[in-house]
Amino acid sequence: MVNTIALAQTVLAVVEEDGAVVEAVELASGGFFAQWAGIMLLSPFVAFIAIILVGKRMKYNGAELAVGAMALNLVWSSVLFVSNMIDGIFYEVGFVVADVGQFMGRPLVFELGFVVDGLSIMMYWVVAFVSTMVFIYAVSYMQGDVRVPWFFASLSLFAGAMLVLVGAPNLIQLIIGWEGVGLASYLLIGHYWEQKENSSAAIKAFLVNKVADVGLIIGAIMIGRTLGDFRFSSIAKAAIAQDEALAGIAVAAGLLLFFGAMGKSAQFPLHVWLPDAMAGPTPVSALMHAATMVTAGIYLMGRLFPLYQNLAQDAREWMVPIAAITLFAMGLLALVTDDIKKVLAYSTVSQLGYMMVAIAVGGYTAALFHLFTHAFFKALLFLGAGSVIHSVHSNNMSDMGGLRKYMPTTYRTFVIGALSLAGIIPLAGFWSKDEILGVMGVEGYTSFMWLAIAGAFITALYMTRTVALTFHGTYKGEGVPHESPRLMTIPLVVLAVPATIAGLFNIPGVSWGSIGNFTSWIGARIVPMGDYHPSSINWGLATAGVAAAALGIALGWSLFGRDARTQQLRDTFEIPFLYPLLRNKYYIDDLYMRGLVNPIKGTVAKGIDFVNGSVIDGIVNGAAFLMGAFGRFVYQGFDQRGIDLAINATAGGTSRLGGALRFLQTGKVQHYAGAFVVGAVVLVVGFVIFT
Amino acid sequence: MSWFDNGWGLSLVVFLPALGAMVLLGIPKAQETAQKWTAMLFTGVAMVMSIIIAATFEYGSAEQFQFGTKLSWIPAIGSNYNVGVDGISLPLLVLSTVITVLAIIYSWNNWEEPHNPKAFLALMLILATGMNGTFVALDLVLFFIFFELVLLPMYFMIGIWGDKSERTLPVFNKVVENRLYASLKFFLFTLFGSAFMLLGFLGLYFRSGEVGAPSNTFDIPTLIALGSENAFGSGTFAFLVFGAMFLGFAVKVPMWPFHTWLPDAHTAAPTVGSVLLAAIMLKLGSYAFIRISIPILPDMAKQWAPAIGILAVIGIIYGSLACLAQTDIKRLIAFSSVGHMGFVMLGIATMTDIGINAAIIGMVAHGIITGLLFFLAGSMSHRYHTREIARLGGNQKLMPWLGGVLAFTAMASLGLPGLAGFWGEFMALLASFSPLDGLDLTLFRTLMVLGAIGTVLTAGYMLWLLQRVNLGEPKPEWDGREFHDIDMFEWMAWAPLIIATVAIGVFPNIVFGATRDAVVNLVQNAFGG
Repeated sequence: MVNTIALAQTVLAVVEEDGAVVEAVELASGGFFAQWAGIMLLSPFVAFIAIILVGKRMKYNGAELAVGAMALNLVWSSVLFVSNMIDGIFYEVGFVVADVGQFMGRPLVFELGFVVDGLSIMMYWVVAFVSTMVFIYAVSYMQGDVRVPWFFASLSLFAGAMLVLVGAPNLIQLIIGWEGVGLASYLLIGHYWEQKENSSAAIKAFLVNKVADVGLIIGAIMIGRTLGDFRFSSIAKAAIAQDEALAGIAVAAGLLLFFGAMGKSAQFPLHVWLPDAMAGPTPVSALMHAATMVTAGIYLMGRLFPLYQNLAQDAREWMVPIAAITLFAMGLLALVTDDIKKVLAYSTVSQLGYMMVAIAVGGYTAALFHLFTHAFFKALLFLGAGSVIHSVHSNNMSDMGGLRKYMPTTYRTFVIGALSLAGIIPLAGFWSKDEILGVMGVEGYTSFMWLAIAGAFITALYMTRTVALTFHGTYKGEGVPHESPRLMTIPLVVLAVPATIAGLFNIPGVSWGSIGNFTSWIGARIVPMGDYHPSSINWGLATAGVAAAALGIALGWSLFGRDARTQQLRDTFEIPFLYPLLRNKYYIDDLYMRGLVNPIKGTVAKGIDFVNGSVIDGIVNGAAFLMGAFGRFVYQGFDQRGIDLAINATAGGTSRLGGALRFLQTGKVQHYAGAFVVGAVVLVVGFVIFT
Repeated sequence: MSWFDNGWGLSLVVFLPALGAMVLLGIPKAQETAQKWTAMLFTGVAMVMSIIIAATFEYGSAEQFQFGTKLSWIPAIGSNYNVGVDGISLPLLVLSTVITVLAIIYSWNNWEEPHNPKAFLALMLILATGMNGTFVALDLVLFFIFFELVLLPMYFMIGIWGDKSERTLPVFNKVVENRLYASLKFFLFTLFGSAFMLLGFLGLYFRSGEVGAPSNTFDIPTLIALGSENAFGSGTFAFLVFGAMFLGFAVKVPMWPFHTWLPDAHTAAPTVGSVLLAAIMLKLGSYAFIRISIPILPDMAKQWAPAIGILAVIGIIYGSLACLAQTDIKRLIAFSSVGHMGFVMLGIATMTDIGINAAIIGMVAHGIITGLLFFLAGSMSHRYHTREIARLGGNQKLMPWLGGVLAFTAMASLGLPGLAGFWGEFMALLASFSPLDGLDLTLFRTLMVLGAIGTVLTAGYMLWLLQRVNLGEPKPEWDGREFHDIDMFEWMAWAPLIIATVAIGVFPNIVFGATRDAVVNLVQNAFGG
């Protein structure tokens, strides 16, 4: 019943420079580690089930299983990562799980499997690396929590679902992983479900994503219906071949799929769930923001890049402004937020805007490179924030201050992360942001490029504010803060390394010998991507970017960092109109709640219930009443024993029914059985007479 | 085992439960253990036989009726005892026998007032015969008898073991017990539909001789053969016949606006009654659309398709919105059935093989998942002695396993991909994107979008239900109360359903392997595609 479709054919990958094909190389099949990558992908699910069953009885409450599965993933994907550096890999396998009828004259099949190519290998590795760090950190962070086994089970599910998503060779499996990620995030955001605001935040995350999924599902249906199959490789090939049927729906389907990505990747105006998602424990936030959730939308865009690049270019008109609004407007919100995790959350939304704007203007490599570097420094920042929260028992920066003396390791690594995020040369974030700005300029989106540079200024400003309020000045909280245990600081130090140096792997024009560079790693795809790669550093743009960041740092420091007095004054830094607007998150949440959710839950639902109970049932009961009255009229004076019990009862003879029921309750079901046989006989006789 | 293949196997699956009911009558009332084992034995053997049928079924020719027999029954009207299973009925038959056994396991030590297992089991067994029979009957008279046979046992189940709280009837201005109101409403409503259905059947019978059958016939395969040549045409006669059958089937599904019996019946019924009602009985109507209406009157089916599709989508949206307003956990689940069966009917309305396959897997998945939901709701009201959502809360804390299974089932019910509920919904939407040639594309694509929005509402009410029931802190009124978590009988009844939910979700070919060829064949015969 199962039949395997292995697609390990040799595929030409294309080495490009400035969009021009310079060399075609054959992709390798990747050998054992690619062909059996399914083991790696399924290991978190094994851990999930094992932790539920035996986690409670284990020394670390099942955390060892979760960490073990992720360590396996890390080793496995590292092997793939290195092999892919040397020889580009493409391997795809699908098992038919459903074979359903005819579809455009062809059998419609749904497959589950995995694809191992440059893009997915990069994601496997990022997911495995960040997850391993976060899981190890969580062992210490979650000590003494109410339900540690369940937490690690859910974390495993989260990572596993993300791997299913990333490994998906077709849109159907992607949807399965996609909603699996949504489910796991729901479970983890609502980890402390005893408090209602936490479970509400979980529901919000799930529902906002579900709204976006409408776009994903309809887009997938349109593409699948047009091509007759859901495989990404088919979509890519058809897009390259300028398939006419696909071209006809490419823009509409592209926008619908983008709408789906807007949910997961928190693009304006579907970003509202992400700041609330901070209700989950901090390791969850780190995981969600770096590796396993918000990157999914960017990944989807990257997977479908050939479609957008070759057939759906018109979709850019919508995608670019939405992403640009996201990167700028959401960064502003981080300026007025007191909760350190929410600052980082808005920062993520803004950085996702950068990635999305990059891919929207045609910068496949730029977007994914930023996803890559962002994963390291954002995970680092969240874990650093967690370390602080762990120490001062508050999320609010107004309870912090001066922590650099108490928590030196956390402080140093946090600053590295912050500088990387701000885009200071030569840290990782600088290189990826610079590449995004470069692509925007080349593709002719100059005004949006300046907006992105302004966004870099905002980024530096709010990160300086965060560092200053948290680590500088005087401590304002209760108790004596302390550095976190080593199980928590080691992941910080490890993450600080790629947050510093990851950018070196994609310096424009630099290729590291036989391992190439990031561009060539993720260029190992079944078809050429055809995006722009700068051949040398654009020093003008780099200067502008760094200058904006430096200006932001300077301003931030002068406002918040100089001394304790200015820190105390930060909330009096209230610009009329703008400040209330930002504090209220542009009133978007209010709009959704008051304009949509509450009316549906309240008025509309109650209205429907009224229609059901009074209108439709009114007709039903009214009809029954009339029938009953009619029956009484017709049979008045007759002995009613032989008459349909039903009409009798409707006519008000409930007592008679009660009598019948009592009769049955005596246990003499024989009577009933007898009555049943009589009924059947009457029926048959009726038929005979009828003919 | 030629006796098994030539009709006996299938007939035993159908009639063993009824036989068991008769044996039960001979067992003294006090010997409850003997009664339970008797019921278990007869339904268990029927279940094993249905599984043997599924195991030895020739999937290569799933479009043919297998394990069948045809015996002369009422020669005066040309009605035969004609039974058989094909790929369409097989999954539903197995579902029916399995759910019956699970229901008996669940009730083992869990009898609702006024107790009396003997009577309850007897009714359940008769019900099982009716349900199994409906799925294998290949003669309209036989089908009608089985279809009606399920009414009486369910009527008594609700009426006797049902909810004893009271309500005021608005029009009558009378106070009645919910069980009486609900059972009566259920009975009359369905009977009302059945009357029209019978008229439709008779219409087919009297016309069949004139349009090519050797003589007037109730034989379903013969009528289908006539239908594939469109012998009944597309005139007023066919229109009325289809409409009459539509009423009968639509009440049973139930489709909006004929659904109002369902929330009352489900809410008032005892747990096992709700489970059987939701898991199997709702499928009788949608099955009849696929088995009878479409292949016999294909032209009419095509004409009615837009109306069916529109009503289906109204059901999806309306059912989901109504769920948001419910304060009773069972009533909420009942309304969710309206929405889920809407997806089933939307699949059927597309008149494509994909849509009909979607409908069948949707039926199976809904049977499993909603059956499980009603089991859970029953177990909860058994422990809390209330079904009022507002009084519950923190269930996850009081009973972690029960809460976990409830959360799992709610996720399955909202159509989480990777679990059984997803495929029916997704494929119904997929089919609506490209319905049968000649159906209005714009209309069906609008229906697709509305249906997809319905999935958001579904997720909304399910998550809200979980939040209010499962999460948060338990209400003060439960302070100091000890609740026992899932017991052994509950696990035995639920585990198969949980496993099936995952298995079908990951590997839906379990169902499609049986249905595909049969459905493709059906659509090709009906519409020539």
